[in-house]
Amino acid sequence: MHATLLAGTVPLFLGALLSDIAYYRTYEVQWTNFASWLIAGALVFCGLAIVFALVNLLRAAQKKGRPLLYLVLLAITWVIGFINALEHAKDAWAAMPLGLGLSLVATLLACVTTGIGLAKRRAGGAA
Amino acid sequence: MNHCKPLTALTLALFLAAGGAQAQDTAQSHGANPKLPEPQRGLLPSMTIADPANWGNEKPTVPQGYTIEAIATDLKIPRQTLVLPNGDIIVAEGKGGNAPKLKPKDVIAGYIKSKGTTSVKSGNRLTLLRDADGDGTYELQTVFAEDLNAPYGLAFHDGKLYVANQDALVRFDYSEGQTKASGPPTKITDLPSRINHHWTKSLAVSPDGRLLYVGIGSNSNITERGLDAEVDRAMIWQIDAETGAHRPFATGVRNPTALAIQPGTEQLWAVANERDELGPDLVPDYLTSIQDGAFYGWPYSYWGQHVDDRVRPQKPDLVAKAVKPDYALGSHVAALGLAFSQPIMGEKFADGVFVGEHGSWNRENPVGYKVVFVPFSGGKPAGDPVDFVTDFRKDGKTRGRPVGVTVDGKTGALIVADDLSNTIWRVTRAQ
Repeated sequence: MHATLLAGTVPLFLGALLSDIAYYRTYEVQWTNFASWLIAGALVFCGLAIVFALVNLLRAAQKKGRPLLYLVLLAITWVIGFINALEHAKDAWAAMPLGLGLSLVATLLACVTTGIGLAKRRAGGAA
Repeated sequence: MNHCKPLTALTLALFLAAGGAQAQDTAQSHGANPKLPEPQRGLLPSMTIADPANWGNEKPTVPQGYTIEAIATDLKIPRQTLVLPNGDIIVAEGKGGNAPKLKPKDVIAGYIKSKGTTSVKSGNRLTLLRDADGDGTYELQTVFAEDLNAPYGLAFHDGKLYVANQDALVRFDYSEGQTKASGPPTKITDLPSRINHHWTKSLAVSPDGRLLYVGIGSNSNITERGLDAEVDRAMIWQIDAETGAHRPFATGVRNPTALAIQPGTEQLWAVANERDELGPDLVPDYLTSIQDGAFYGWPYSYWGQHVDDRVRPQKPDLVAKAVKPDYALGSHVAALGLAFSQPIMGEKFADGVFVGEHGSWNRENPVGYKVVFVPFSGGKPAGDPVDFVTDFRKDGKTRGRPVGVTVDGKTGALIVADDLSNTIWRVTRAQ
């Protein structure tokens, strides 16, 4: 469950990024609508993943190192994503180009965080 | 919509925190050359939504020498009024629009803004008010016509009562003294009604009764629903009353919410609501004479050649042609009513227009929420607006929101529709 939520964050932010690129190139506003909903979806997945990560950390014997790093990165990803959601709430081209930049940062962060999170999972083994 | 909740809570918290902190900043630039600051927009738009309350025993405030009374209550969202030749008053009641929610923002902002409006259902009807003995009490309040579709603009000429529904311009044949329409109306022409983000269709009739003018608002704040949605929007149509044929009379007027013909001339005037989310003092809503064939800027620019960077693709050639409006009423005041005054209204208010200001949402310190008088001289606006009916908003609570204003030239009264308390107010000179 935790892994699904975590892994789901990546394609949602990536979808937002691709939609933003499409809007940037075509001025077709439907793309920025898509991006807004994809970001909202990413925030739900990412937010629930944070809850799992927090519970895992509290239950873990060792409360430092990789599990902590993972949680912090996940939280930063969510905050960037949330700022991006507000940026995308601006009308029409007002969301550009900052919205596109934030989508790029959020996507990269989600990738890195997921890599770290899943690596931990391979090492820890718990489902 | 579970995922929207944290966002809603945070949005609310942030704008509440921003709320009471600052001193009052409601002074705004008016007139032909308003100060236009640089556009600004934080991560969240600044918002202060009306917090509705009942009038109780109180009433709006009017200038010394005038009195105000509620002449009709319990209406179903009254918007515009019309005084018939025999003194009866027609009230258009309703609420339109069917704009889909395209973004998470639309869901959240729609919920927040709905807190500042009435919860009464759209009347979709015309109500007639009659004061048979002329004592100032309108003892008859009866339904003149129903099953209309969000009626808003009203006009009368020579036995014909014109009504602008949100989707069509219709006509009732009227004979003096009638209290109920003799049948369903005749359709003159369909009006643009897809989405109807700004649904109100304002209306005026030329002095000879041959031409009708209908104001059609834009389908977005600033093209966020796409340019395809803006075909036949943000313009004023001139319509042949006989055939229903139309042509765009003026374009680029974001939301022309009220139209009026200047007495003694054939000149059309309008009040229009300008774009939001560019800061507390942008962009001024305006009062202007409407020039045949002119382009007033929306969406590409505002107040002449000030380019709006939120629109893509841009159109520099159109911006170059954009005409400046005549008179800034102040940003975000939401002018929804317009009526030319007459000498019977009293010396100080004899020459000019009354403007109903519904009040702001996109401003930390609210503005509008009153009826102002813009004095004229030589047929043009001259001088700052003067408060005429105020205190719709008091101590942070909003009791009413003015919409349409109409001058009753026979009795010397100003009729004000209030769509929050669902009341019609009547202002007269004290005896």
